[in-house]
Amino acid sequence: MSYTIAEKILKSHSTENKVFPGQYIEAEIDLIMVHEQLGGRIHEEYEKLGLSEVWDPNRIFFILDHWVPAPSVSAAQMHKDCRNFAKKYKFIHNMGMDKGICHQVLPELGFSRPGMLIVGSDSHTTTYGAFNCLSTGIGATDVVMVFATGLLWFKIPESFKVNLSNELGKAVMAKDFILTFIGNISTKGALYKSLEFHGNGIEKLSIDSRMTISNMVVEAGAKFGVFLPDRKLEYWLSKRTTIPYTLVKPDKDAEYEEVFEYNLSEITPVVAKPSNPDNLAYIEEVEGLKIDQAFLGSCTNGRMEDLRIAAQIMKGNKVNSNIRMIITPASTEIYLRALKEGLIEIFLKSGAIVTNSTCGACIGGHLGVLGENEICISSTNRNFTGRMGDPSSQIYLASPATVAASALAGKIADPREVYS
Amino acid sequence: MEIIEGCVYLLGENINTDDIVPSHTLTLRNSDEMAKHTLEFIAPDFVEKTDKLNIIIAGNNFGTGSSREEAVNVFKILGIKAIIAKSFARIYFRNLINNGIPAIAINWKNTDFKTGDVIKIDLNNGIIKNQTQKCSFEFSKLPPFLREILEEGGTIKKLQNQFKLH
Ligand code: SF4
Repeated sequence: MSYTIAEKILKSHSTENKVFPGQYIEAEIDLIMVHEQLGGRIHEEYEKLGLSEVWDPNRIFFILDHWVPAPSVSAAQMHKDCRNFAKKYKFIHNMGMDKGICHQVLPELGFSRPGMLIVGSDSHTTTYGAFNCLSTGIGATDVVMVFATGLLWFKIPESFKVNLSNELGKAVMAKDFILTFIGNISTKGALYKSLEFHGNGIEKLSIDSRMTISNMVVEAGAKFGVFLPDRKLEYWLSKRTTIPYTLVKPDKDAEYEEVFEYNLSEITPVVAKPSNPDNLAYIEEVEGLKIDQAFLGSCTNGRMEDLRIAAQIMKGNKVNSNIRMIITPASTEIYLRALKEGLIEIFLKSGAIVTNSTCGACIGGHLGVLGENEICISSTNRNFTGRMGDPSSQIYLASPATVAASALAGKIADPREVYS
Repeated sequence: MEIIEGCVYLLGENINTDDIVPSHTLTLRNSDEMAKHTLEFIAPDFVEKTDKLNIIIAGNNFGTGSSREEAVNVFKILGIKAIIAKSFARIYFRNLINNGIPAIAINWKNTDFKTGDVIKIDLNNGIIKNQTQKCSFEFSKLPPFLREILEEGGTIKKLQNQFKLH
């Protein structure tokens, strides 16, 4: 039998001798990430089982990131429930609330490694596919199941092969590629599928860029978004972990339900218009549209590469006086690096507001909520109705370069014109 | 669980979990309070109508978006007995089954269902009958172990039984 990466990893975590798409299997989970959801439904449901421990306190990665620090009494109470639970069940990797957003912190600390099977209480858990592992989001009851047994059922997915060639152009980012891909295939185009990223285009993409792509595969409905490994990944991992791992490559004649070809040098800046991530438009179609807020942050685009390009565009310039710009580094580590590189100073001097690392504005929680009919250009991953605030507000998803260029212009702007 | 009867509330394409449970209600600690906001932005009459209408029929990619299981729980609180859609987002599908709510995928066209239609779902035989429009549909039955979860009333109940046996 020849296997795709998804088939290989799922098989190696099950007791099956062979696997095939459509088959249901039970798999052993290597690591589970859980955030505030723990204080939502998980803790109550777990208590119902009457168990005095969890299956493996060493395989749970727990973090508070969505409403940090708590903007309301109810959020504070939720955090309190989370902390009590983590303490009671002796979670070993308890990250607290000062580290940043789950999908950035977990890889930074070397917890996502090739060949692993990771699940998380968050749909963007797919992000870790950038590290040649399988990772996907689950709901509260599935978390309870894993806490109790360490096992979870999976359907073996069909795989789509996405061949990337060449290199992105000036001021064009991985976000532009993934928005283009989602626009082409639609938000249901890859439902249940495992997207496998191949091709010589990968080596030119930074790990930050790969994370942006894997992060958003779920917006096309995908279950996994996994990259083939390369030297760049190995180098990155060498800085983050000493735990051994084995790289996973698909077999030569593995079967793919569909194959897509993307020449990265042909991608141009795009946005997703309200209120679906597949509502694709070229920058030329929306250029000049007045905005009220520009948001740079989230697990999709709050990394060094994102902050650097924004700083390059914003250095010595002012955020348009009719709008506000909010910048949220994806983790505290990134915040510190950006501080050291002088990026934070550039942002503050240009009139942007820099917040602590949290989901904050991305989920309309705090630190940048939108009012009635306001328009935001955002580096986040979802532009659903009301996602960032009032239901009449509108979100245009874009790359960090486009967000920065638009912040200066006070309207949606083409980053290629201001980036040199 | 084998036969479910009820009345239809019709929803559209790509209903996402932010539509079902708006983010601003996510930190509410009282689930009944949260349920009052169900679909408030896109179907403001939904909550009041659920005293009569208790089966949702929707288009493709139902439940797309975040993994928040609240988006299933509010339907449970409001008495929704089953959800029929052209397709489901994968996390949402899991969340429905885990909570003991049948998730049924069928292809249907605009003339097949209207809000208020009376329908009957036969889970064992994979048949949906629309008694108002006089039409019926077949669907592929869930694999046995998922049906087992539904029959036991959801994953938590199943786990409770499992741990009692040990
Ligand atoms: S930053 Fe936004 S998309 Fe990412 S985990 Fe937080 S809320 Fe979800």
